[in-house]
Amino acid sequence: MTLLATLNAQAEEGLSTEVGNPWVNIAIFLIFVAITLFAVLRASKKTKTATDFYAGGRSFTGTQNGTAIAGDYLSAASFLGIVGAIAIYGYDGFLYSIGFLVAWLVALLLVAEMLRNTGKFTMADVLSFRLRQRPVRIAAATSTLAISVFYLLAQMAGAGALVSLLLGIDSGIGQSLVIAVVGILMIFYVFIGGMKGTTWVQIIKATLLLIGVGIMSVWLLALFGFNFSAIMGEAASVAGTTDILDPGQQYGESTLTKMDFISLGLALVLGTAGLPHVLMRFYTVPTAKEARKSVVWAIWLIGGFYLCTLVLGFGAAAIVGPEAIKNAPGGENSAAPLLAYELGGSLLLAVIAAVAFATILAVVAGLTITASASFAHDIYGQVIKKGKLDTKGEMRAGRATVVVVGLLAILGGIGAQGQNVAFLVALAFAVAASANLPTIIYSLFWKGFTTRGALWSMYGGLGSSIGLILVSPVLWGAESSFFPDADLALYPLTNPGIVSIPLSFLLGWIGSKTSKVAEDVSKQAEMEVRSLTGVGAEEATDH
Amino acid sequence: MSTTDYSDFQAVQRSDQFQTLRRTQRSFVFPLTVVFLIWYLAFVIVAAFAPEFMAIQVFGNINLGIILGLAQFVTTFIITGAYVSYANRKIDPLATDLRKSMDSAGAGIEEELTDNAGYATSDQGSGEQS
Repeated sequence: MTLLATLNAQAEEGLSTEVGNPWVNIAIFLIFVAITLFAVLRASKKTKTATDFYAGGRSFTGTQNGTAIAGDYLSAASFLGIVGAIAIYGYDGFLYSIGFLVAWLVALLLVAEMLRNTGKFTMADVLSFRLRQRPVRIAAATSTLAISVFYLLAQMAGAGALVSLLLGIDSGIGQSLVIAVVGILMIFYVFIGGMKGTTWVQIIKATLLLIGVGIMSVWLLALFGFNFSAIMGEAASVAGTTDILDPGQQYGESTLTKMDFISLGLALVLGTAGLPHVLMRFYTVPTAKEARKSVVWAIWLIGGFYLCTLVLGFGAAAIVGPEAIKNAPGGENSAAPLLAYELGGSLLLAVIAAVAFATILAVVAGLTITASASFAHDIYGQVIKKGKLDTKGEMRAGRATVVVVGLLAILGGIGAQGQNVAFLVALAFAVAASANLPTIIYSLFWKGFTTRGALWSMYGGLGSSIGLILVSPVLWGAESSFFPDADLALYPLTNPGIVSIPLSFLLGWIGSKTSKVAEDVSKQAEMEVRSLTGVGAEEATDH
Repeated sequence: MSTTDYSDFQAVQRSDQFQTLRRTQRSFVFPLTVVFLIWYLAFVIVAAFAPEFMAIQVFGNINLGIILGLAQFVTTFIITGAYVSYANRKIDPLATDLRKSMDSAGAGIEEELTDNAGYATSDQGSGEQS
């Protein structure tokens, strides 16, 4: 996604903040760290079993979990990126947020409750329920790890850039140090607090983020007499053109850019319900009904958030102005911080800066526990140890994986500094929509689905989305490519979704139709009955 | 219905009671999914290929694009509300009835779980959660 592009490009330019006071920013961020640390330490006392560690004891309410889902989902790209995209490209920035919201209906209607009823800790639990355990579990864990690593790298690289923007730390070493601190803090949180600690970090972060954007939006609307049309009018007159009110500023260039946008839209709307760190959150509640409540609450919060970004985006265009934003350190990502400074001075800027940091920390923690569960529970516990691991062993393996994943994320984040890795977020959504969603839908709703269908669809979706990216303008031939001078791009778009998503649905169908091995009908019956009734689903361990 | 063996998943799956539950859920979520996906994709395609349509002014500086975009938000909220209301009224009672019958017949208890996925069972609880 181009949203984060400037964020990352910023990292090496060595620009410093011209507004606000870095020490106030740091102080407010430290307060956030202290509060979350307290919550994590408290949660750690209650983390004794694998169910506590991976699923928070299934003891969160729908409302708590819904808030945590919003905290997991609303990354720095959503906040800084979308406000900035609207401030500069106008309407096209708003288009992103619609896809991000509508996507939750897939999770609500088709996935959340049935997943809660049939699984235990991970997505692979559900996918391998009635198919052959080993191959399906390995495939599901592979795509989970791929998605988590792509997403994690993008977040960590973004953290370094955010530092230069908000704290005025310019040097590469300084930024690496901050990435390391963020990573170590996150390892500590997840190691000690498991899913409970992670959930509380996300709840606190989501609350801060929503209060922050809420206050700014109301403040801004009040300045314009609660007349949204007036904000848009002012934005257009500052920009000197009404074009920013209409679609096409970012994607309107050619048929290819338009197709690229449709491909992205498809990946966003179908990818959300296949993101492993989102799916894992549904196991933290006691029943399917609470899972439903979680999604409903998340839809309200996320919807409200994106409505605020619409106000803030056009507000930033009106008050700060697109030129000033483009020229500020951080480019379009500086729109929200600059607007905060214009509205509430250094203090509001510091709050917004701390919220942006908290956002990265919480999202990174959620991804780490997901990657850890996938490796420790699926690969180590189920495939290598064949399910003979006890709860203590599974937790030990989980904690060890947290440290490994965390260290890899730190190294990757430092290595990715200054690289344009923003495409990784879009790639993560495309992989989730192609490798995961078809298999989830087929195994929940189609009796004739087979192991071969699942493997073809998952590996086909994973392989085609990564393969297409490797031969796309992301790497070759375009100005922002890794290799701008060698035009080896065979695939013209930067998003693989429009090809890889239909392809993996098709592969799942063909694979199942041509499969000669009959699947276990009694397992299919069990899964179908369980998914709808919740019979035998694990309940809360805390009472 | 009284002849159904509630401890046998395949028997339950064949039962009218379960088929009714399945139909009640699918007949609602499938059509609705098709509707919102088409509505979203149509919106995205029009925004990409017919920006001049989206640029039509409706009132003040508010154009059709903003109105249709906000309409996506509104329909998302409406579909959410409609599904919750439907699930509470129609799906949940059927699912709860069936689950109770199955629970008292001993279906899906812990040993089944251990068998089918080889889970290490989580042991006892660990104190209350705030």
